[in-house]
Amino acid sequence: MPPAAPTTGRRSGGARKAPAGNVRSWDEPALAPVVLVRGPEDLLRERAVEGVLRLARERDPETEKVELEGATYGAGMLQVAASPSLFGEAKLVVVAGAEAGTDELYADLLDYVGAPDPETTVVVVHASGQRGKKMLDTVVGSGAPVLQCDPIARDAEKADFVVRELRAARRRAEPEAVRALVDALGADLRELAAAVAQLVSDTTGIITAPLVDRYYGGRVEATGFKVADAAVAGDAGTAVALLRHALATGADPVPLVAALAMRLRTLAKVAAIRGGGVTARELGLQDWQVRNAQRDLQRWTPEGLAAAITAVAQADADVKGAGRDPVFAVERAVLTIARARRR
Amino acid sequence: MSVWDDVVGQEQAVAVLRRAATEPAAMTHAWLITGPPGSGRSVAARAFAAALQCTGSDGEDGGCGRCHQCTTTMAGTHPDVTVVATDKVVIAIDEVRDLIGTAARTPSLGRRRVIVVEDADRMAERTTNVLLKAIEEPPAHTVWVLCAPSVQDVLPTIRSRCRGVVLRVPPPEAVAELVVRRDGVDPDTALSAARAAQSHVGLARRLARDPGARERRARVLDVARRIRGVGDAVLAANELVEVAKAEAKAATEERDAQERAELMRALGVGEGETLPPRLRSQLKQLEDDQKRRATRHQRDVLDRAMVDLLSLYRDVLVVQLGAEVELVNAAEAGLVRTLAADSTPEQTIRRMDAIGTARERLEGNVAPLLALEAMAIALRPQG
Repeated sequence: MPPAAPTTGRRSGGARKAPAGNVRSWDEPALAPVVLVRGPEDLLRERAVEGVLRLARERDPETEKVELEGATYGAGMLQVAASPSLFGEAKLVVVAGAEAGTDELYADLLDYVGAPDPETTVVVVHASGQRGKKMLDTVVGSGAPVLQCDPIARDAEKADFVVRELRAARRRAEPEAVRALVDALGADLRELAAAVAQLVSDTTGIITAPLVDRYYGGRVEATGFKVADAAVAGDAGTAVALLRHALATGADPVPLVAALAMRLRTLAKVAAIRGGGVTARELGLQDWQVRNAQRDLQRWTPEGLAAAITAVAQADADVKGAGRDPVFAVERAVLTIARARRR
Repeated sequence: MSVWDDVVGQEQAVAVLRRAATEPAAMTHAWLITGPPGSGRSVAARAFAAALQCTGSDGEDGGCGRCHQCTTTMAGTHPDVTVVATDKVVIAIDEVRDLIGTAARTPSLGRRRVIVVEDADRMAERTTNVLLKAIEEPPAHTVWVLCAPSVQDVLPTIRSRCRGVVLRVPPPEAVAELVVRRDGVDPDTALSAARAAQSHVGLARRLARDPGARERRARVLDVARRIRGVGDAVLAANELVEVAKAEAKAATEERDAQERAELMRALGVGEGETLPPRLRSQLKQLEDDQKRRATRHQRDVLDRAMVDLLSLYRDVLVVQLGAEVELVNAAEAGLVRTLAADSTPEQTIRRMDAIGTARERLEGNVAPLLALEAMAIALRPQG
């Protein structure tokens, strides 16, 4: 999911309603009477708010930050927080948790957007969901900057994030080091950011792969899919190690078995495509899935595939109550799959 | 005409129940009617309930089928006859708790209060325990009638509190006769449907009346022909699950929409209006119930498909062993003979085992697709 197109930063004027609004990426903060920060990624929302605060402090170092919480908001609180104080310093009001706000909050915000105080910056933080939609539409429609915080899902985007973090700290890293970091901590963006900060503060010079390995080696992001990949590749040792990692970090056996089943299903379907009669499109398979499966299939016999699928079905029954130990059942299935592959 | 007419091929059981309804000395307060699916457990239970309420006419009693009590019971509108069935996976504990209150009430119109639990096997252990006391010592006028596929399907504690009546598998000829009488189907179709349904009355009627059902069954059996390798097996399993899903959806969709409309009306929400947030939980509950119903329906459809396949391999085994019994799938004799020639009896038995295992796994909540894949793989030709 790429961040929304970078904009020129021009306000489209209050009179004309721009349907798309003034949407920018989270790392391009802007200062305006009302700023909306929206998107499901926690860390990015925090960064966006910090960015706005930084701009405000650049303009006026005395800027006072006031935080309001959406869920406990009472009528009039925004007005109180946003009005100029006795000493006339600028104010930045952060309305956090607007996705779970009270009805009073939305009513007050609607009023405020119509006539904002030009000296004050109000930052509305809305994670996701439909609540307060009218208020959101009005804020977007007023041309206020919208800092979009979309989740970072793909590995390439995560690597990009790491590089940007490093650049902000005026540091550089080898591409392998970045990849190793993403592999180790990619599941949680916050952890990834914390790891970068740790490396930046503890080390000097270019961050290298051995350095990352020293800090975060042995930590693996183990998902069901990675377990399945290793098992299908016939790498029993890695598969079991990954499986134990996954189980130790709280993965449930049931989805693990489902991931194994899905991987083998794709193999069997691609085998059927090779046999003729059906096309990948009919089976709803992507090109890359077919390519990967074809590569794997070179080392698989129909008999092996049959044994593997049968073992996974047994494991599913076992983890759902037919067996005594769910963990053992999955492990046995993983070993059977790895062994069923032709040497 | 009598209420017992539709209980086919169960002369012995009918005699027992009938005597209980007419002679006070032969009566007891709790009954457990067991028999294989389709043998007419729920029909027998309903007929028994009618016979218990029957006031008699033309000198006939014990279920004359003409008096007011009989007709209302059979139509399901008798105020003193409560029938509990479920179209979800299990009967909820709250439903059963309500029953206990009902059981304590005096009958309003009839002679007795009759409570029929059609799916006594679809109760969790905890739910059944709620019933124990009520079944052991009900008020003098209350009669419990529980139905289950076999005695082992209910807890021993329930079993020991009930008098058992066992239904047998009715002969196909008797089922065919019922289908001809009730639905006016020609006798040949009726008999082949009764055989294919393995004397399951409801299924036989469906197969006899609905050409679509016959075609679906033929398609399921064709799976046995089509599976040539592991790839085909996985595709065939996928198809079976998709067909079951589609069938479950078709069967429940209309009812779902209707129930939803009724709920909206009951909540006072007009057409096209949005539901206020406070009422959303009600709709959510209905949708959850509907989803559970669809799940059970899908499972039932898959289970039936597996029973059909099982009957096919049973026929294969019959041919391979040269047994002198009639084929269940006489219409598919060609396929049966091909399969019989291509495999050994040992392989056939292994395949039947695989189908049985898949049925058990489905019961045990294994992902349907995965269970069927493993089954289909076992059905592929092996050297």
